[in-house]
This record gives sequence, structure tokens and C-alpha cells, in this order.
Amino acid sequence: MTRATQTRREFLQTGATLGASLVIGFHLHLPAPATFKPNAWLEVHPDGTVSIWTGRSEMGQGVRTAMPMIVAEELDVDWQTVRVVQADANPAYGDQMTVGSRSVQSSWEPLRKAGAAAREMLISAAALTWGVPPEACRAERGVVRHGASGRQLRYGQLTARAASLPVPENPPLKPPSEFRIVGTRVPRVDSADKVTGKAQYGIDVRVPGMAFAAVARCPVFGGRVRRFDAAPALAIPGVLRVEQISRGVAVVAENTWAAFQGKKALQVEWDEGDTARWSSDGISRAFADAATHPGLSVRAIGDVDTALAGAARTVEAVYEAPYLAHACMEPMNCTAHVRGTACEIWAPTQNPQGIERAAAKLTGLSPEAITVHVTYLGGGFGRRGGPMDYATEAIELAKQIDAPVQVVWTREDDIQNALYRPATYNVLRGGLDARGAPVAWSHRLVGPEGGSFLLTRGADELIYPVPHFRLERVIEDPGVPVAPWRGVGPSQNGWVVESFVDELAHAAGKDPYAYRRELVAGHPRLVQVLDLAAERAGWSSASPAGQARGIALWQFGDTFLAQVAEVSVASDGAVRVHRVVCAIDCGVVVNPAGVEAQVQGAIIYGLTAALYGEITIDRGRVAQRCISCAATRRREAWARRGCRRSRRRCATRSSRGRGSGSGGYRSDGWLRLPGLAPGVSRA
Amino acid sequence: MPPYTLSVNGRSHTVNVPAAMPLLWVLRDTLGLTGTKFGCGIAQCGACTVLMDGEATRTCTTPVSAVSRRSITTIEGLSRDGSHPVQRAWITEDVPQCGFCQSGQVLAAAALLAKKPRPTDAEIDQAMTNICRCGTYQRVRRAIHRAAGEV
Repeated sequence: MTRATQTRREFLQTGATLGASLVIGFHLHLPAPATFKPNAWLEVHPDGTVSIWTGRSEMGQGVRTAMPMIVAEELDVDWQTVRVVQADANPAYGDQMTVGSRSVQSSWEPLRKAGAAAREMLISAAALTWGVPPEACRAERGVVRHGASGRQLRYGQLTARAASLPVPENPPLKPPSEFRIVGTRVPRVDSADKVTGKAQYGIDVRVPGMAFAAVARCPVFGGRVRRFDAAPALAIPGVLRVEQISRGVAVVAENTWAAFQGKKALQVEWDEGDTARWSSDGISRAFADAATHPGLSVRAIGDVDTALAGAARTVEAVYEAPYLAHACMEPMNCTAHVRGTACEIWAPTQNPQGIERAAAKLTGLSPEAITVHVTYLGGGFGRRGGPMDYATEAIELAKQIDAPVQVVWTREDDIQNALYRPATYNVLRGGLDARGAPVAWSHRLVGPEGGSFLLTRGADELIYPVPHFRLERVIEDPGVPVAPWRGVGPSQNGWVVESFVDELAHAAGKDPYAYRRELVAGHPRLVQVLDLAAERAGWSSASPAGQARGIALWQFGDTFLAQVAEVSVASDGAVRVHRVVCAIDCGVVVNPAGVEAQVQGAIIYGLTAALYGEITIDRGRVAQRCISCAATRRREAWARRGCRRSRRRCATRSSRGRGSGSGGYRSDGWLRLPGLAPGVSRA
Repeated sequence: MPPYTLSVNGRSHTVNVPAAMPLLWVLRDTLGLTGTKFGCGIAQCGACTVLMDGEATRTCTTPVSAVSRRSITTIEGLSRDGSHPVQRAWITEDVPQCGFCQSGQVLAAAALLAKKPRPTDAEIDQAMTNICRCGTYQRVRRAIHRAAGEV
């Protein structure tokens, strides 16, 4: 018999016992349930749940919630049906580097398109099933409906058919008036895991057969191993071996504590190198000296020197910004496994593709043979973005041993062997006309080598109209490694710029709020945030007894913000910040709950840095050793009680009057909070 | 002298580790309970907090030999399903950001509320010395007030 005849016979035999709909189903040969994954970003499962991938790293800033919200919005599903999945390093996710406060902004269009394309395909699948035009169908909350007949199909029922359709290049996007998810306060998707101990950070990675390692690094930046004695380390129970790597000497052990004990026992002699001649006072003097020479012009408008010479009034000020540590809550770590033909890495990283490239270089393997998994990050702040040190150490070590290995940094390592926000020395000269308006602005910025985002961004373009402007850069590099810190260049330049604007206002005899308002009168978004912050802070009424107010205004990309700080200074010089009011316009807000959390957190981060965070250098070494001394509100309390470390080793300098700018963070648009420190230091 | 028998989250574990090994690393590396975190190693930051007989205790400086029969509750054992009032309040108030300090924060808060069901702001400041680099302190306080009275 022919196959067709057999089929009809089977049909007749089975058909009698099955319902009519199933018989029709067989006749039409509907494919078996299958999943629908039209792009890297989402997958609709037959059971109706939706997996949405995030290609960026979650370090507390909330992208794990905000980015999937965008996809879910255009896909038009119930948020409760969404499960978020973290992507490995993978070109399908575009640029995965999570830095610069840009993830949501740069992903807005691509994520909308990804969700919308899938939605259109599901609508088309339903339309095909019913034999009606797609325009007559509508998708809403995971269901496609045909208005005229009332028929509906859930996304889960359409997966197989949708999967067979072509992916539209330019699907229509939802009008914002129809947003049901974007713009609403959505609780973080990771809170439950983070309060139950389930969230896995890099330091929590556990793979079979793994070892743990701690690395002894030269305390002086740039120093090298002269010789070392592994015997005392090897004598520690649990220590397996000692391996030299580029950065120093690694002690490999069965558990983290044994690795730490082994590192303590290790005897290493160092060739300290050139940076050992630098200490903070010397750096300050070298910066001040360098500032007496002209630098490279970064940006110039008009003729600053002539304008200054002819100004009705001139003002000068010098601002010194210190080195700052990131001091993430989770110390640096990375787990790596290098086998002959493959390399697998687990890291709490802002830059998985950067690690992949570094691994390719170190191992000689092609990217296809390298897998980089991204865990949760216990803080990033830029420390885990550009710098690859925490990863390259682990990869190098993994090459030398025949097991997966997790390199864990002690807190002391984390504070002392790191990269820092650059210290800078800024000479500002301003000229005012007879009315007090700024006519000339000269900024000579002395600091180490580094790119423009790191050193000059924020000082290079003012929101205030000044006809004669010059920003010069003078390079003086003591050899302390530097890297982007939260907010990057604007974090210290915001403080410098806004503080100097206050000096100009003071010289002009004007209120700092009114002075700014007049200068930015032509920019409604700047005026709005400035007015709102001032109003909510009660600027026009007297500040509480003993307190003064400071105000700052900033723009970063398409985000505008203003802050007012209320501050008192005690007779012993202790600064107390009583209240901070922040008004922010960051354009389209994906998750207001996330923006609020970031603004609050960034204010604390900035305040902490401004009041307590100064990193000092002592003979080429960082003088601070613990998280309290480097970066917390507990610093003064610890200094009074006596730190467990020798008080000689940990500087407890108050940064009043010299202070540091503050970092900024955001969930949408470019959000900057450099205004905080100026508000504090000028109050 | 090893071996040591520990009571962790209601279960008994016998571990053969050096006497001086901090409980933190026994929990994380020997028992595989990674919810308790390492942040400083000198009892400054509180990320390593567990409850020992109900008291908030920093495990990075507690040698395993000093634990003996005390009952240990880690973040994994605070509830079976995240339903402890402190955990629920933390979720409602969207407290965590990076979350690395939060195991310690939650347990410290649970210990506080067990002793002081309705703490004042000053009592919260006094008791909650855990460090948070993301700056969630205000939300921690709000969440403690929310959980107060429910414990």
C-alpha cells in the first residue's frame, strides 16, 4: 500500500475515537508545540512564560529590571510572566560593556524593536491561523485577539507558527500613550534572591575541582618580584602550590582562607620601582608646580587672556581633587578554567567581552572557544569596567594549573592594589563684566595620563554662556593607576566647575541660585530642575539655624539635574549634611523606582567620597587599608575608636575644604550628580 | 581540636577544619553556603553576619573552635521561602541594589527586631552598623519600620 493509503487507514481507525477538533488538527498537520525565539533578546515558551535576556551587567543600578521592561512592553506581555536570564559574552547582544550610565539609553531602540518584531510575528501567526488580515488583530498582555469574531489565542499557542515566519526589520513601535510597563514603578526582579542568599556573585561561584587563590602584589605601584620564598606558604594546611604570575605571586589552596593564610606567610622581596618616590604631599607640590606652565589646549573659544586682562573683575581659585577608591562591597575576584582547547570564565564583570578579548590574547584560543559567564556584581562603579586586572590574573594563573581557580582579593588588596579616580589640580581664573556676568573662563587641569572622559569631560563644555573659554590640560603622572570611577570625569569636574561658579556669583554679589538662573535662562530644562530643587529646598526662606545651603546645576547628555544641600559645620570642623534635595530630568523614564533608588544611592556615594573618601599615597603605596578608612561614613568613628589597623598606616584626613567631587548614576539617560560636593563645600 | 560539629539552619554538620578557621569560610567553602558574604575580614562591614543563638554575629572573626553548640542561622535559613517579615519588607521597599551587603543587613535587622519590636531611628542607627556602598541606608531604615511589629 502506498503511504497515503496507510495514512488514510490510520486516520479512519483513530479518527473514530478522537474528537472532531483533534481530527481537524491532524488533517491540517499543525506542528508540535515549539518555542519561539526570533532574536537573542526573548523567547516565548509554549506554556506562555517569556524569557528575556539581559546583555548588560547588574551591579545594583537596576538594568536587570529596566532593560527587560522595555522588551516586555513592546512584546506586550504580563510582567509577571517574564523571567530574566543573564547572557554570557556574546556578539548577539551588541556591546555589553556596562559603563558610562548609558545602558538603558543606548538599548532603548534596539530592545523596543526586538519586542515589537516578536509581537508582530505573533499577530501574524494568529492572523494566519484564522485566515484574517493581521490589521484586524491586536496583541495585548500575551494574547492576540481578532476583534470582529472575538477569537483569541495565547502567545504560547502561537509559538510554532510564529517561529516559521520572517522577522520584520522595522516593526511598528507602541505609542508611549499605550505604555503599561515602561514608566511605571516596577520592583526589582532580583530583590527576592538578594534577601535570601540565592543571588550568586562572582565570589560565590563554585565549580567541581576548583581551587582558590590569593595573590601577593607589590605594595608600590609598578613594582616587581625580585625573589620569593614559597616554603612558609606551602607549610600552611590547605595550600596546594605557589605560582608566579605577571602581577605577583599566587598562593593556590583548597579554600579561600587557606589561600589568605598562605599569602600572609609568603615571603616576597620586591623591586619597588620609580613610583616609590611619590607621596601625597609631593604629588600635590608637583601638580602645583606643573600648573605654573601652560598646557595643551583641550578647547578654546575666543581670547581668554585678553578678556581676563580687560575684565571688570577677576576671580581665581585652586581646586585639588584626591584619588578615590571604588571600594565595591564585593572584593575583586574572578574564576577561570583553562584547558587545552577551551577557556571558561565566571566573573562579576561590567565587561564580559573585554574579558573574552583578554582571554583570547592570553590563551591564544579563538573567541568561540572562550566562554565568559557574568554573575551578579557586588558593586561596580567602574572598577569592573575598563580595568581587566582581576580577570587577567585569574586567566594567567589558570593557564599554569590544571584546575578551575578563583582568585579572591582580600579587602586590603582591594583598597591598595587597585585603580583609582585620578587626583587632579585645577587652576580656575574667571573674568566678570560690570554686571557680574562671566566673560572669561580659564581652567588649567593638571593630572595624570588618561582619556578625555576620564580627565576633562565636564570641564570642557559649560552649560553657562561664556564668550571666552579655555580648558588646558597639563600632564603630571606619579604612576598611581587610574580608572573611571562613578560618574567619571564629571565626578570631579562637576565639583570644580560648580564651585567656581559660586565664586563668580559671590564676586558678583549675587545669590548662587539667581546667578545660575539668569545665566541658563535660555534653557528651559535647566531652569526647570534648578527652580524645582530651589523651591523644594525652600531656598527663598531662611535656612535652619546654624545651617547653610549650597546649590549646583548640571547636565550630562540628555539628563539635567540640580541639587541643594543643607550643611552645618561644627566648631571642631566636622561637617554634617542635614538634607539633600535633588531635582532631575532624565528624559523618558523606564522605571521611576529605579531612578529614585539610583539618585538616593549616588547622593550617599558622593557624600561619602566628599567627606571621608580621600585616598592618600605614601611612598608609592596607598596609605588606606580597610573599607572604613577608604570609603565609608564610619571612618571618623573608627578613627576615634582606633582602627584595628595601626593608625599610622591609615590616614584619616578630613577632606573639608579640599573635598572631592561625587559620582553620579542613573537608570535612564545620562544622570550626573556632581552637584553634591559643590553644594556641600560651598554651603 | 577538629572535627567540629555545628548546628546550621537546624541541621548538624561535622567539619574537619583547623581550629582557627573563621566560621565565615567554614560556611562558604566547607559547607557551600555562600549566602554569608566576605567584605572585609576584620568585622568592620557586617557582610558576614549570621545569627548565633539569635544574636547578630560577624563570622569572619569567629573561629570555628569558638562556636561549639550554638545554633547558627544563615540568610539561607532565616525562612524557607523568603517569607520572614524582614525579607518581605526588604522586597516591598526595594531595598537591595547590588545586594552584596544585604544578607548581613537582613540578619542584623532580624536580630534587632527580635530584641526591639518597634525601634526608634536612633536605635536603628545604633544597631545597624552594616556598611552599604550602594547607599541603601535610608531604605534599610524604612524597611525595618515596615517590618516592626510583624516580627
